[in-house]
Amino acid sequence: MAIEETDQVTGRRTTGHIWNGIKELDTPIPRGVLIFLIVTHLFAALWWVLHPAWPLGTTYTKGLIGGDQKQTVERKIVEAAASRVPWTERIEKESFDQIRADGQLMSKVNASGHQLFGDNCAACHGRDGKGGQNYPDLTDDDWLWGGEPERIVETMTVGVNSRHSNSRVSQMPAFGADEMLDRKQVTDVASFVYSLSSQEASGAESLGDIEAGRQVFVTSCASCHGENAKGKADLGAPNLTDGRWIYGGTLSQIIETVHGGRQGHMPTWDERLTPAEIKILALYVSGLGGKQP
Amino acid sequence: MGQLTTGEREFASVILLVLMILGIAMAAAGRFDPMGVHGGMVFLYSGALLWWILTSFFGKEPDASRFSSYYDDPIKVGVALTLFWAVFGMFIGVWAAAQLAWPSLNFDTAWSSFGRIRPAHTTGVIFGFGGNALIATSFHVVQRTSRARLADQLSPWFVIFGYNLFCLIAVSGYFMGVTQSKEYAEAEWYADIWLVIVWIAYFVLFVRTLARRKEPHIYVANWYYLAFILVVAILHIVNNLAVPVSLGNAKSYTVWSGVQDAMVQWWYGHNAVAFFLTAGFLGMLYYYLPIRAQRPIFSYRLSILSFWGITFFYMWAGSHHLHYTALPLWVQNLGMTFSVMLLVPSWASAGNALLTLNGAWHRVRDDATLRFIMMAAFFYGLSTFEGSFMAIRPVNSLSHYTDWTVGHVHAGALGWVAMITFGSFYTLVPSIWKRERMYSSALVEVHFWLAVIGTLIYVFAMWNSGIIQGLMWRTYSPDNTLVYSFVDSLLAMYPYYIARAFGGLLFLIGAIVASFNIWMTVRTVPVAVQASSDAPLPSGIYGATTSPAE
Repeated sequence: MAIEETDQVTGRRTTGHIWNGIKELDTPIPRGVLIFLIVTHLFAALWWVLHPAWPLGTTYTKGLIGGDQKQTVERKIVEAAASRVPWTERIEKESFDQIRADGQLMSKVNASGHQLFGDNCAACHGRDGKGGQNYPDLTDDDWLWGGEPERIVETMTVGVNSRHSNSRVSQMPAFGADEMLDRKQVTDVASFVYSLSSQEASGAESLGDIEAGRQVFVTSCASCHGENAKGKADLGAPNLTDGRWIYGGTLSQIIETVHGGRQGHMPTWDERLTPAEIKILALYVSGLGGKQP
Repeated sequence: MGQLTTGEREFASVILLVLMILGIAMAAAGRFDPMGVHGGMVFLYSGALLWWILTSFFGKEPDASRFSSYYDDPIKVGVALTLFWAVFGMFIGVWAAAQLAWPSLNFDTAWSSFGRIRPAHTTGVIFGFGGNALIATSFHVVQRTSRARLADQLSPWFVIFGYNLFCLIAVSGYFMGVTQSKEYAEAEWYADIWLVIVWIAYFVLFVRTLARRKEPHIYVANWYYLAFILVVAILHIVNNLAVPVSLGNAKSYTVWSGVQDAMVQWWYGHNAVAFFLTAGFLGMLYYYLPIRAQRPIFSYRLSILSFWGITFFYMWAGSHHLHYTALPLWVQNLGMTFSVMLLVPSWASAGNALLTLNGAWHRVRDDATLRFIMMAAFFYGLSTFEGSFMAIRPVNSLSHYTDWTVGHVHAGALGWVAMITFGSFYTLVPSIWKRERMYSSALVEVHFWLAVIGTLIYVFAMWNSGIIQGLMWRTYSPDNTLVYSFVDSLLAMYPYYIARAFGGLLFLIGAIVASFNIWMTVRTVPVAVQASSDAPLPSGIYGATTSPAE
């Protein structure tokens, strides 16, 4: 029952169907479309011949080129590692002073150190190594476990309070929570510690008795932080006199630390990074600006 | 309501009572779980609808004359819900985009964290905005092109309100942390079961209406709508096969394991793009484009080629989402080659649309509504080319996991899906509300430019950002070490993330302008003299129709 007509614009016939005023032209499929269709199908067929493509029950067509992406990636990793050997081998064998003396080698260290630091360390220590609340700044002169490259390598290898069998171990007891000190002693010693680096500390009304705090410090804190409160790198005890704080340096934050104790954590990188990578990072980190004490 | 008989009102009340009881049961069984909150929502939602029915339960019954007109009331509600979800979903999208540039905008609360609002955005725009638009327009198109009224009085309402209950449960669940962790299928098991029931009702209604058609042939738009309804049901059921922890717990575990789960998920995910975001909206294009352009479709033969090409090839292409993963290489290659073969059928439909405009380009120039439709066809062609291109493994090795993917999706979502919807709505709204015209054609023009500029800013930002990311991740020094860390690539993306949020904001403003314009059209524009042809043909002359309805 269709009524075909000729479209004025294109000169094509309509199919004769009408739906609520909509008509269709009977235009043949343009030749270009057919050619393009054939080209894409030929491409697909060629790809099937060359590469693994069609399932055959328990196996599949392997293709003339074949290939296995797992083997490919494993091969490429081995190749890339092999191409780095000439200079990573030197980094592994030579001393830090020798490496530092070689400008060309140091430029490789700094370039790869930047990427290694960004992907492994920046999550805690920050992209620029400046740390943040609860995470040590690596660019200042303050080193919990020593700032010599050898010591940084050791810290990275075994971690701090990590699951490594030789992990560095460090814990500040919860003096208040575990009732080793009473409430007044906590406030006093915190006030003393606060006064070590804060000029405006004297005269502030909220402070406890700084002199009493000094006595508490000598009996309870000096064994780790030292008589002069400048810390001990073999115990991971921080310097309390330099105004640089991991857990915050306001009086209330210091009281919180003394009350509840602290136990930082750094993972071991022993299995995750190669010895050369750890050495690269030690050099990179010691080049971030921190001086050795 | 006025069109429901007493019997239909009774049946609706029974359904809603059953739902209220189910809601109480869910609330009781899930009282220690977010599912309990959902039970309460089901109870309130169905209670409110029941209240609405009961308030006019004894109102005047419709007479038989209703059968001589199209059933447009459910479409009107569908249009309103579409616009609500558009503004909601796009707002959440802009917020999520802003969080990527300024992370503190999550305000340190769980419900507003990126991982929760991101699915709220995708579900809000895909299912809330896109799904409601598809349901509303399919009801319109199938009636007009079949010259028949919807086959049932009650089930259109069941489909619309049932579907929106699904969307509500899904989106509110994400804010509470309820998710299956399957992209675009995050809703948990009870919402999924409910959607199956709604979808079967939709399928039955659509097929029954087609069966009542007074035209001898089924128009192309309806092929696409039917493919959309049928395939989405299959995809949804297979991908969501899961076992809940208990009947009182929102958590469920999928029956698929390992890489098979990944393959099923992306078979679903890619065909959701194919049959939800492509086939359904092609149905829209095939109706509103020729109506608005007042031109015949360029080629019926091309329509056939692209329809069967799209429906056949898309089904195989899902594995290209899993290039360079644990998925066996042969599956990846198969998906890649089918993605390439898919290009020509896709372009054939875009070309068919654009060539239909020959003879109507002066209308494209003058009519922003038609320009929306034209631009949608253009972006459809653009993103289907891009999709096939990105499915080629070596290209994918650069693009995957980067913002290029996000840019590609939004070229399709903003440029194609949203623009074809708005173009269709500016045609549909005056038609079903019988208005002379839209409230303001200037505002349509403003919306058009906001949408185009917003899309272009968004897409260009993500292309740049994605390709920069991809290149940074694979840049090696001469010493064969990586040059950049991941953090470096994040820093490089910062300006593009700001641009993306801005582009999205323009698009959101456009959607708000559209909602206002449509609201004012319904409120203030005078009623047009009704075209006598806009009515179903009386029954009894099936198969004998010859008169064009112009």
